[in-house]
Amino acid sequence: MSTHDITVTINGAATSASVESRRSLADFLRHDVGLVGTHIGCEQGACGACTVLIGGRSVRSCIMFAVQADGAEIQTVESLAPGAEMHPLQEAFRRHQGLQCGFCTPGMLLRSLELINDNPNLTAEEAREGISSNMCRCTGYQYIVDAVLDAAAEMRAEEG
Amino acid sequence: MKSPPFEYHRAGSATEAAALLGELGFDARILAGGQSLIPLMNLRLAAPGFLVDITHAPDLAGIGANGAGLHVGAAARQRTVELHAETLAAAPVLADAISNAGQVPVRHQGTVVGSIAHADPSAEMPAAFKAQGGTVTAQGAGGTREISSEDFFEGYFTTALEEGELVTGVTVDAWPSGTGHGFLEFSVTKESWPIALAAVMVHVDAGTIDRASVVLGGVAEVPLRRPEAEAILVGSAPGAEVFAGAAEAAAAGIEPLSDSFGSGAYRKKLARVLTRRALTTAAERAGGAT
Repeated sequence: MSTHDITVTINGAATSASVESRRSLADFLRHDVGLVGTHIGCEQGACGACTVLIGGRSVRSCIMFAVQADGAEIQTVESLAPGAEMHPLQEAFRRHQGLQCGFCTPGMLLRSLELINDNPNLTAEEAREGISSNMCRCTGYQYIVDAVLDAAAEMRAEEG
Repeated sequence: MKSPPFEYHRAGSATEAAALLGELGFDARILAGGQSLIPLMNLRLAAPGFLVDITHAPDLAGIGANGAGLHVGAAARQRTVELHAETLAAAPVLADAISNAGQVPVRHQGTVVGSIAHADPSAEMPAAFKAQGGTVTAQGAGGTREISSEDFFEGYFTTALEEGELVTGVTVDAWPSGTGHGFLEFSVTKESWPIALAAVMVHVDAGTIDRASVVLGGVAEVPLRRPEAEAILVGSAPGAEVFAGAAEAAAAGIEPLSDSFGSGAYRKKLARVLTRRALTTAAERAGGAT
């Protein structure tokens, strides 16, 4: 066992902490930083519930140690709606019933955000393929795909 | 579950990583992307006492091609290699293999060299690396040495690396123009582990195959070269009959294990069918078509 001082940027704020080497990034975010929007499902990298963005890229925070993230820029689901107003993606998920129990939703939202950032004009097929990295046992995925496409359209309109 | 405790070390260079491995001894493991290692630790199937993180070593991050081939450093992430223009030009079979491996978020973090050094005989990258051929560069306290892709894989999760050595990079050998590749795997869903896979390369000169490589994954304890299939291909004109014969030869004599995803007999059939289809694609690509 060893402990290490790390400094990371989480949702724009620089954060320093001392972590045990075996502390997963997901547990660090939930228990040490108090950002419990990041969910932990399988703890073996299969389900995607713990997805966060590092430097804008989706990663599984349950199979990454916090110490590995030293120096990284981390974005969690809490960054989407810092105030009272929901992000267009969150609105679209609500509108299309792209969630039911909500367990996969933080990971789905961040993976979807990455997909839209990479390609604002993504097709239904690309959205379906893109979110295949994340498991949802409620919706059957169709409503999530609908929500992602709708949110992409709205975000394009906002950009335009 | 959570990972068992371990001591974390960060190497700033390949030389420092080799020194740390030597100092820490047999219970030390290299940590690159961790996408195979950390799940194993969380499942308590692995419990190394020491991890040496190499992803902060700038000398291990490179990707680059020259006339001899494509070099991939041990810290280069799979997704970066997969989308790199030089990979697509110099080692498209590797790019195909990566795009079939895991999911994009896992590939953002995982490394190509890590997957090769992990040496899972069902995995995509070891098979593609062996199919195209190349060398592994290993570094230990005593210096560096090169290991051929033919000699690197010795058994299930077992390689020719000696204690105290790490892989600092791999070089995938260039093939001349007129080469085509095929990479095919079969899995229950696109995300799940391949039940069997075929990675093939053919070079066609004046209507005749003059060089061929056929490697199967998921059917043996290593990514398995099929010399009998290659012998049928070399000297023949590309065609359905030749490919069917080579595919028969590739599947003949293998004795894959059975598991809950498929019986040994099923894997054997998959090996034949995937080889035939991969060869057909490879020959089309070698002919200039895409």
